[in-house]
Amino acid sequence: MHEHSHGHHHDDHDHDHEGSELSPMALRVRALESILVEKGYVDPAALDVLIETYETKIGPRNGARVVAKAWADEEYRAWLRTDATAAIHSLGFTGRQGEHMVAVENTAEEHNLVVCTLCSCYPWPVLGLPPVWYKSAPYRSRAVIDPRGVLADFGVTLPAATRIRVWDSTAETRYLVIPMRPAGTEGWDEEALARLVTRDSMIGTGLARTLEELRP
Amino acid sequence: MNGAQDLGGMMGFGPVEPEPEDVRFHAPWEKRALAVTLAAGAMGAWNIDASRHARETLNPADYLSSSYYEIWIKGLEKLLLARGLVTAEELAAGRALAPGDPGQRVLKAADVPAVLARGTQYDRPPEATARFAVGERVRTKVMHPAGHTRLPRYARGKVGTIARVNGVFVFPDTHAHGKGECPQWLYTVAFSGAELWGADGDATLTVSIDAWESYLEGAAA
Repeated sequence: MHEHSHGHHHDDHDHDHEGSELSPMALRVRALESILVEKGYVDPAALDVLIETYETKIGPRNGARVVAKAWADEEYRAWLRTDATAAIHSLGFTGRQGEHMVAVENTAEEHNLVVCTLCSCYPWPVLGLPPVWYKSAPYRSRAVIDPRGVLADFGVTLPAATRIRVWDSTAETRYLVIPMRPAGTEGWDEEALARLVTRDSMIGTGLARTLEELRP
Repeated sequence: MNGAQDLGGMMGFGPVEPEPEDVRFHAPWEKRALAVTLAAGAMGAWNIDASRHARETLNPADYLSSSYYEIWIKGLEKLLLARGLVTAEELAAGRALAPGDPGQRVLKAADVPAVLARGTQYDRPPEATARFAVGERVRTKVMHPAGHTRLPRYARGKVGTIARVNGVFVFPDTHAHGKGECPQWLYTVAFSGAELWGADGDATLTVSIDAWESYLEGAAA
């Protein structure tokens, strides 16, 4: 089965049981895994732990907690702006692909957008694995030259006067966007605020949920 | 190198396709590709810059027609072959044809949480003062190295302003090729949209890159 170039397709034939039709890429990965396990270079149990970690433990709810705390706690917000690595670490989110963090803050005057034009650099401890579109050619090519066009693809239109600030992650620095806090949330606790924080709002391709959007 | 990975400013790829936040993988093999790539990386036989370089040396046509996990796997195969950890015959056969090196470091399941939590620190203690300060005007060099670099084409030969001084960091251009860490000061350099894209660009746009000191030279204010 052919894999779409941007990986958007669900490959329905790509089951993991005997007798099913596997895509060439699925076979290639399975072969590589077998070779590495047989040679003793890879512990199969470690593979399962890695998958479970990024499937169930490390994801954008981590980042949402960071943002919610920054919204609710002025002292924490200031710390996050001056030493994001330490401020994020204090909540327990640290490690691989988040060793050197910078938090940038959206305002009515300036909107931040994060991209990695050269590969797929992304703050894993706070946002988890990057979504397919973040690693794809359409996003990586256009974010730096036509960010408003990219935002339109996400259904986001900003005022013409809003400054657009794009951060191309070309080094080991990883960027987290602090979206603007929605109106009408004064006095909310961090847990309630975190529900307003979407993954895309922390990349800059989206905004935090409004109260209207939160209602079922 | 001027490979297909250097995508900033290219046109014609079509719209970005958003997807829900809870989508983690698009096929079961992607999970295996993620885990195998991370576990193999933990052997310590190559560093992150070498792995990026392995991916960007894919033929541009191959790179652009591959999903990102495909790029990872193709890059991983290159690295394993280059380090002599697997052979082309083994890849063709889909099984090991000889035992592995028993001295090789192997990531054990019990160590995964600690290894992920530790990550890899890329900053190093400064041995000299930073050449540039926040607010200073700099010009990125025009350069087209055949090896690895993190200076994208769209930002070469451009005048920008130092927005942050990030500290001293391992230099990917040497690190990717086994030529040492050669740590350098790392700066965030901000460019106007007009400087990067000309007068027709978005007048409200500022784009920054993170640039090592040797990518930069002073520019008149």
